[in-house]
Amino acid sequence: MARKLSFKDAINEAIAQEMERDQSVIVMGEDNVGGAGSPGEMDAWGGVLGVTKGLYPKFGERVMDTPISESAFIGAAIGAASCGMRPIAELMFVDFMGVCFDQIYNQAAKFRYMFGGKAETPVVIRTMIGGGFRAAAQHSQCLYPIFTHIPGLKCVIPSGPYEAKGLLIQAIRDNDPVIFFEHKAMYALKAEVPEEPYALPFGEAKLLRSGEQVTIVAFGLMVQRALQAAEALANNGIDCEVVDPRTTSPLDETTILQSVAKTGRLVVVDEAYPRCGMAADISALVAQKGFESLQAPVIMVTPPHVPPPFNGALEDLYMPDSARIEAAVQSIVK
Amino acid sequence: MATQLDKTNLLNAYRTMKQIREFEERVHVEFATGDIPGFVHLYAGEEAVATGVCMHLNQRDKIASTHRGHGHCIAKGVDIDAMMAEIYGKRTGSCGGKGGSMHIADISKGMMGANGIVGAGPPLICGAALAAKFKGDQGVGVAFFGDGASNQGTTFESLNLSMVWKLPVLFGAENNGYAESTGVKFNVPTANISDRAAGFGMPGITVDGNDFFAVYEAAGEAIKRARAGGGPTLLECKTNRFFGHFEGDAMTYRAKGEVKDLRERCDALKIFSTQVTSRGLLSQEEMTTIDSEVKAAIDKAVALAKAAPNPTAADLLTDVYIAY
Repeated sequence: MARKLSFKDAINEAIAQEMERDQSVIVMGEDNVGGAGSPGEMDAWGGVLGVTKGLYPKFGERVMDTPISESAFIGAAIGAASCGMRPIAELMFVDFMGVCFDQIYNQAAKFRYMFGGKAETPVVIRTMIGGGFRAAAQHSQCLYPIFTHIPGLKCVIPSGPYEAKGLLIQAIRDNDPVIFFEHKAMYALKAEVPEEPYALPFGEAKLLRSGEQVTIVAFGLMVQRALQAAEALANNGIDCEVVDPRTTSPLDETTILQSVAKTGRLVVVDEAYPRCGMAADISALVAQKGFESLQAPVIMVTPPHVPPPFNGALEDLYMPDSARIEAAVQSIVK
Repeated sequence: MATQLDKTNLLNAYRTMKQIREFEERVHVEFATGDIPGFVHLYAGEEAVATGVCMHLNQRDKIASTHRGHGHCIAKGVDIDAMMAEIYGKRTGSCGGKGGSMHIADISKGMMGANGIVGAGPPLICGAALAAKFKGDQGVGVAFFGDGASNQGTTFESLNLSMVWKLPVLFGAENNGYAESTGVKFNVPTANISDRAAGFGMPGITVDGNDFFAVYEAAGEAIKRARAGGGPTLLECKTNRFFGHFEGDAMTYRAKGEVKDLRERCDALKIFSTQVTSRGLLSQEEMTTIDSEVKAAIDKAVALAKAAPNPTAADLLTDVYIAY
């Protein structure tokens, strides 16, 4: 029986194994140790939701707390990456990226191009995304389309523990800047995860379920919901294929187009906002390069174009769930 | 003063300052012909700052620069031919024609880039200094920034972070009196930018940025302290900008005759020449020889840049990622 690990522990294990392997890997972020300068214990938190807990006792000063000062420490992570380190910076919630966005999209993303290919910036910025915690408008967004929009960044959205470990190891070894989006509602989710280190390549989608009638492309937590929907639909005689792109930049266009060529129908499930989001992007891709295969309109299952609400009933309405995915599929399968 | 520098170093200091001046005066002339594309910000008038600081640095040390970055490049040893070609947007430029004046860089020389974003350099140099600390190589990082950037949150955050992490950093504030067209008296409510260091528990010092020796000595002390693990310093150099914010700036916000007066009274090269000749450290002839060598080198750089090939269409798509 293979070992099962939670999404959170898979991330922690990836970091620990890479820190063992490579001395240039360092970790920094707000409360990533937890307790620096305080009278109680060190490693008190290990990150606000405990993802980096246990790293400080193992690796000492290579795991650093920072002031709540995102521009400075995200910039410092990027600067250190330009100078031979492999920093993993944790920016607690993606919603906070606004305060330090310049360092990410004008600095890290641009160095290589602006400097004529002579710069390398092997930084990883880990950040939490997504709803379901009743955390409202400033702690629940997805925002990965904003980063996907920027050439020079790589964007990774793991959909489970196995992907989280393998994709994070690839992110740490990668020599380009990587933004790693962790859906906070999945931290406790368990799945089989190999103990040894392994890297999953970027730009290779995973076909999670084979089917003939409808292709469902989904990201992050929405992959889990798409699988639930596909299961329910199968019981009603509708055969869905589920594709997890795993990275939005680079994007594996081939797997998506091949799947749509087979099924002729596409539903894209994206927890990000609908305008200029991944659902719109994938829809445009298939409209341009897979139009002849389409037997029905492409359906986007996303939140409405509103901020995430606080009230639980409203948030449940806001987030795509398996019922909405099922309804979307049924609407194009006659 | 001055005595700790031997003749070779004094000649080097003069040569660097002269190279910067000549480079910038020439770019000013060539820009007016329309041959140089884009936005160009010239460093003439501020030569003593980059030179006085960078003479303490080696190849391992890093600098983060500003939109007004040519002087920092030259002082850090970036090749002048490659710089001029970059400013002309040519394939032989230090960034292959993809960066231009505002993003000119040479990582191999520890010059981490001019920067089109005001205040972007200080966080990056904190990272460079952190890397030096982990490597234990006694390297230091210098962030140059202007009086305009002194008001950016990134600068304040970096002053704080560098103290919290005790980083080997020199924050080199180049106060040239103007943030674009807005005077420092409007922008900065304290008498000196260096006064702000106290708020972070950091040593802060203000020097005459047109006096090479004043900059050299203050920077030397701060960099020595940083290398020894003594943490960061904020060094403000009060200096002057001989040209506009950008090339093409009519400078109507400046007083009539202001630049002419500054060129007469506050020219870092003239001040240096007077200091070294009056003390018998260098002769005027020695400096005149350098002047003609520098002029020939800049002539050559411009000729090479003009003759150099443009990037090819294929270059548009390269260098975004290392591997994708």
